[in-house]
Amino acid sequence: MSAYPMSPEALRKRKRTVFVLTALAVAIVLTFIVSMNTGLIRLSPADLLRTLSGGGTERQNLILFDFRLSRIVISVLIGMGLAISGAVLQALSRNALADSGIIGINSGAGLVILLFVAFYPTATAAPAYLLPLLAWIGGGFAALLVFTMSYRRHKGLSPNRLLLNGVAVNAGISAVTIVLSLRINPEQYQFVLTWMAGSIWGSNWSLVAALLPFILVLIPFVFYKARTINVLGLGIELATGLGARVSREQIVLLAAAVGLASSCVAVSGNIGFVGLIAPHLARRLVGQRYQALLPAAALAGALLVLAADTFARWLLQPTEIPTGIVVAVIGAPYFLYLLFRTKK
Amino acid sequence: MTAMTRNPNQASPTESANAESRIYSRPRTAIVTIVLGLIALAFGLALSVTFGAKDIKLFTVWEAILNYQPDLTEHRIIHELRLPRVLGCMLVGSSFAVAGAIMQGMTRNPLADSGLIGLNSGAGFALALCLAFMPGLPYMYLILFSFVGAALSAVFVFALASGVKGGLTPTRLVLAGVTLSALLTALSEGVALYFRIGQDLAFWYAGGVAGTRWMHLQIMTPWVGAALLGALILSRSITLLSLGEDVARGLGLRPGAVKLAGTVIVIVLAGSAVSTVGAVSFVGLLVPHFARKLVGVDYRWIIPTSAVLGALLVVAADLAARTVRPPYETPIGALIAIIGVPFFLYLANKEQREL
Repeated sequence: MSAYPMSPEALRKRKRTVFVLTALAVAIVLTFIVSMNTGLIRLSPADLLRTLSGGGTERQNLILFDFRLSRIVISVLIGMGLAISGAVLQALSRNALADSGIIGINSGAGLVILLFVAFYPTATAAPAYLLPLLAWIGGGFAALLVFTMSYRRHKGLSPNRLLLNGVAVNAGISAVTIVLSLRINPEQYQFVLTWMAGSIWGSNWSLVAALLPFILVLIPFVFYKARTINVLGLGIELATGLGARVSREQIVLLAAAVGLASSCVAVSGNIGFVGLIAPHLARRLVGQRYQALLPAAALAGALLVLAADTFARWLLQPTEIPTGIVVAVIGAPYFLYLLFRTKK
Repeated sequence: MTAMTRNPNQASPTESANAESRIYSRPRTAIVTIVLGLIALAFGLALSVTFGAKDIKLFTVWEAILNYQPDLTEHRIIHELRLPRVLGCMLVGSSFAVAGAIMQGMTRNPLADSGLIGLNSGAGFALALCLAFMPGLPYMYLILFSFVGAALSAVFVFALASGVKGGLTPTRLVLAGVTLSALLTALSEGVALYFRIGQDLAFWYAGGVAGTRWMHLQIMTPWVGAALLGALILSRSITLLSLGEDVARGLGLRPGAVKLAGTVIVIVLAGSAVSTVGAVSFVGLLVPHFARKLVGVDYRWIIPTSAVLGALLVVAADLAARTVRPPYETPIGALIAIIGVPFFLYLANKEQREL
C-alpha cells in the first residue's frame, strides 16, 4: 500500500477521498430510505421501522421485502457494476466517452437474452442464474468484435474507431434483435420490449442471487487490479516500459468489464450511460488514481441508479417508467456536454 | 465543372485526407445508371405489385392501371394497397438518399445520414407526442409535426456543431446524433408507455410502408417533389461546397445561404419520409456513397443518381421484407440496417487517419 511515502499533498488527497466516499455512502442510505417509502402503496416511516424489525403485517412484509427491497438491492448492485465496468473500459480504451452501452456490450447481451427467451418458452420460470452467464457470452462477443476492429497493429486501440464501431455494432445488433423479436409470440415480445427500455423487472430475490456472485467476484478483482489500471491508462508503450504484461492484463480486465456490464444488464434491462457518468463524477471528485476512483465510481453509480429507479417509480404513479429511460434522460445530455467540452 | 477541374488538389468529401485524389465526374455513366435504374425500378414496381399475400398476374396489374374496375377484388387490392405502397417506397427511398447526399456534400462528412444524425428520432418524438396528446390527428398535421420534430433536432445538432471550432469531426457528429437519438427515443418510449401507444409507435419505429395509402402520397408528393427539385437546383452549389468552404467562397458562393437552403431541403425530405415509413437509417448513408463511386464527385449527377438508386433500394428492401417469412412482414428499417451496418463499419475503418 505505501509504495511511496505520504506527502502532505497525498494526505490531503486521501482525506478528500475518505470524505467523498462517506458523503456518497450517506446519500445512498438516505435514498435507500426514501426509496423504500416510494411506490403505489405508501409505508410511513413508523410502518417501515416496524416492518423492518419484524413486526409488520403480512401485506407490509410482502411489499417491503419481496417487492421493494429486492428491487432496491438490484439497483444498487447494477449501479456499482455498470459504473466499474465503465471505469475500466474508459481506462482500457483511453477514451473518456467509452461505456458498455455505447460499445455494444449491452445490446449484445440483450440479443442473447432474447434468443434465450425465444427458445426457452417459459421465460418467467427459466433459471435466473443462467441469464448473467448467457449475457456474458453475448456481451463478450460484441466487445470482441468492436475491440478487434478498432485495433491496429503497432498503433494499438484507436479510441475514436472504438466508438464508431461500437455505434455501428449497436445498430446492427438492434436490427437483428428487431427482426428476431417479431418472430416470437406477443407475450415474449412484451418482455423483450420492456427489457430493451431498461426496466428493473427483477422484483424477486432469485435475480439478486444470480447477480450477486458476479458483483462479489468481479468488483473486488477490479479493485485489486487498480494499480495495473493506472499503469495501463498511461498508454501501451509506457505501461510496457513499467513492466506490465499489457496484452494479458488488457484481456483480463476487458473480460471483467464485459462480465460486470452484461450480468447487470441481464438482470436490469438495457440501462445505458451509468458507466459513463459515474466514473466521470468520481474523477472530478477524487482524481485520476484508480485506487480512489473505483470505489467512488461504484458508489456514484449505485446512487445514480437507485435515485433514477426511485424517481421512475414516483414520477407517473401508478405507471412505472423503466429506469433506463430516466437514466438516459439524465445521461444523454451529460454525454453531449462531455462530447463538446472535451477537446481533441 | 470547370471550377472543379481547376482545383485538382482539393479532395472529394470521402477522401479529403489524401489530397492527391483525383477529381472526376462521369456524366455518361451517370446517365446510363439513371436509365438502367429507372428500368430496374419499373421491374421492381411490377414485381412488387404482383407479389404479396395474394399473387396477382402481371396482366391483371396492367389492366388495373389502365382499365380500373372497382368491383374486382384484385383491382381493388392493386389500386388501394399495392400501388400506393410501392410508390411510397420509391418516394421514401429517394428522399432519404437525396437528404443523405446533400448532408454529406454540405458537411463534407462521409458518415452523414438523417438517421444517424438524429433527425429521424426527432420526427419520431414529435409523432409520439401527437399520438399521445392529439389522437386521431389528420395525417396532414402528423406530417407537419414530424417536420417540426426533424427540424428541431437538425437545428440542435447543427447548432452544437457550429459551436465547435473548425466544425465537427465525423465521429463527433455521429456520436452526437446517436446520443440525441438515445435521448429522444427514451422520451418517446416514456410517452408511449404512459399513454399506452407502444405498439403503434414500435411498428412505426421499426419502419413500415404497409400502411401507405393514396391520401399519404397526395400529401407527401408535393413536398418531396418540391424538395427534390430544390436539391437539383442546389446541386451545383453543393458540389462547390463539397470542395471546402474557403474554395466555395473563393468561387463566389455564399456558403451560409447554400447551407440554409440545403438544411431546409434535408428537413423536408427526411421529415416527410420519416412520417411515412418510420425511422429508417442507412439509406442516406449507403446510396450516396455508391452513387459517388459510380458517377464521380459532381453532385449534379450524384443527386439524381441517388434519387433513383435510393428508390430502388427501398423497393427491393420492401420486397425482401415481404419474402423473408410470408405472410409476416419484417420491418424494412431493420433489413436495411443489416445491410447498412457492415458498410458503415467499412467506411469507418477504411481510412487510415482518425475520423
